Amino acid sequence: MELLIFYGLGLLALFAAAAMIMVRQPVTSALLLILNMFCLSGLYAMLGAHLIAILQLLVYAGAIMVLVLFVIMLLNLREKKGIVSKHQIALQTAGVAVFGVFMAVIAARLHTSQLPNPKAVTASFGTVGAVGRVLFTDYILPFEIASILLLAAIVGAVILAKSKV
Amino acid sequence: MGNVIMADLARIPELLPSIIEMVAKVVFIFTMNMGVFAPLLGWVERKQSALMQDRIGANRADILGITAFGLLHTLTDAIKLLTKEDFIPRGADKPLHYLAPFIAVVPALIAFAVIPFGGQYVLWGHKTNLVIADLDVGILFVFAVASISTYGSVIAGWASNNNWSLLGGIRVGAQMLSYEVAMGLTLVGVFMVYGSLRMTDIGVAQENFFHWGIFLQPLGFILFITCALAENKRTPFDIPEAEAELVAGYFTEYSGLKFAMFWMAEFLEMVTISGVLVALFFGGWQIPFVTHEGLVKFFGFLGSNFAQVAVMVVHVTVFWVKVLGWIFLLMLIRWTLPRFRYDQVMELGWKIILPLALVNIFITGAVMLMVM
Repeated sequence: MELLIFYGLGLLALFAAAAMIMVRQPVTSALLLILNMFCLSGLYAMLGAHLIAILQLLVYAGAIMVLVLFVIMLLNLREKKGIVSKHQIALQTAGVAVFGVFMAVIAARLHTSQLPNPKAVTASFGTVGAVGRVLFTDYILPFEIASILLLAAIVGAVILAKSKV
Repeated sequence: MGNVIMADLARIPELLPSIIEMVAKVVFIFTMNMGVFAPLLGWVERKQSALMQDRIGANRADILGITAFGLLHTLTDAIKLLTKEDFIPRGADKPLHYLAPFIAVVPALIAFAVIPFGGQYVLWGHKTNLVIADLDVGILFVFAVASISTYGSVIAGWASNNNWSLLGGIRVGAQMLSYEVAMGLTLVGVFMVYGSLRMTDIGVAQENFFHWGIFLQPLGFILFITCALAENKRTPFDIPEAEAELVAGYFTEYSGLKFAMFWMAEFLEMVTISGVLVALFFGGWQIPFVTHEGLVKFFGFLGSNFAQVAVMVVHVTVFWVKVLGWIFLLMLIRWTLPRFRYDQVMELGWKIILPLALVNIFITGAVMLMVM
């Protein structure tokens, strides 16, 4: 049963990611990215990381993507039609080639190396309390640095916007 | 893989009580939402607004002269909406236009999954927990699901190929985003006081009347209900569908059942908001000054199993009565206050509620440090 859900979510995530790049409508593209995030959230939940799963939905799918859609709608981006230049074709080919090499490397590594044994997770694994405790003890420095980074971003945004108002 | 499924199937007999419990809870909540609240709230709203505006309200629909206080209008509404032409405007994005009402209504339905509508009872040796999903992340699930429902309105506005709709959709996006941030912060105080995000923990902690959220978090409560009203997109926060400026906003181009789905989503969101308010601030299923133990003792003459059943029925009834009271109050607010202007809504969210929520967190923390 778990395996079925895993494959279902995984395949849907791959499909959504591929379709997101391929569709032409920016809005559809954004929606497919949301679908992809949904599947990832489901995979997190299956791993027992409930908090991460919910935050994935809340922050990425729920807030950031609303902002992305908002911008697309404000700028009224529509489907772009035009002739594909040779430059673009070359870039795309290069991109596919790099991706192919990357996948080949991963496949080769998986084939030869041994994966670490999966550990049984404890009952408190992934709960809000457990994640919070680790975040505020072992990882307090990265956590605070990240918050300063975000504060700097907010201040920067305010300064950029202020000059136009 | 076949073996895995067979192994799962073999465990069904031992899991049977849990499966029955699960199905019963889901069916109960689904019927309450779709069967009771979604159709009846329309009638309640009509009659209440009529009462407040000194009118009679809906009273014409009748079967053989029986009008049943206008209740039959619910039926005629359903027939009208079902038989209406399903109109899609020219130039609209058809798949998205079709999808939008579903995205709006489904989150409104599933958000109720984490709200406990009763306590924990031992029925014939089987421990029953009256909440569909007792998640550790609890209330965050409601937020996540509510943020998904935003897409329903935003996409509806985009896909309709109509400028009014688009403006409505953009306003929904901005309003939801602003108030989600504030709403999350207003509840941090509640989490701090109860030390848990799990809604059943918060419910159990409110057994003592003076530990209800409204007493421990008065400021948080006022801020939360304001944010919740804004998330619900009803007057005074209905700028996304302001009929004086935007025809009907994001659902201008919807008719028939798809329009009904937006309408239903709004009512179901109201039920969910009332459920959250009751669960977090008004003691959930608890009765003031009556403990769980005391109630079990009171029904002791029924024998241990039926006493538990009786307590369960009382608790569930108390919960729904509280929810109904809140729905009534939310509707009162709708018919009392005029609509805010767009800039006023934004200012209220960012310049008043957000700083006050931060102050609330600070005060809660300071008081907790002093008390402990």
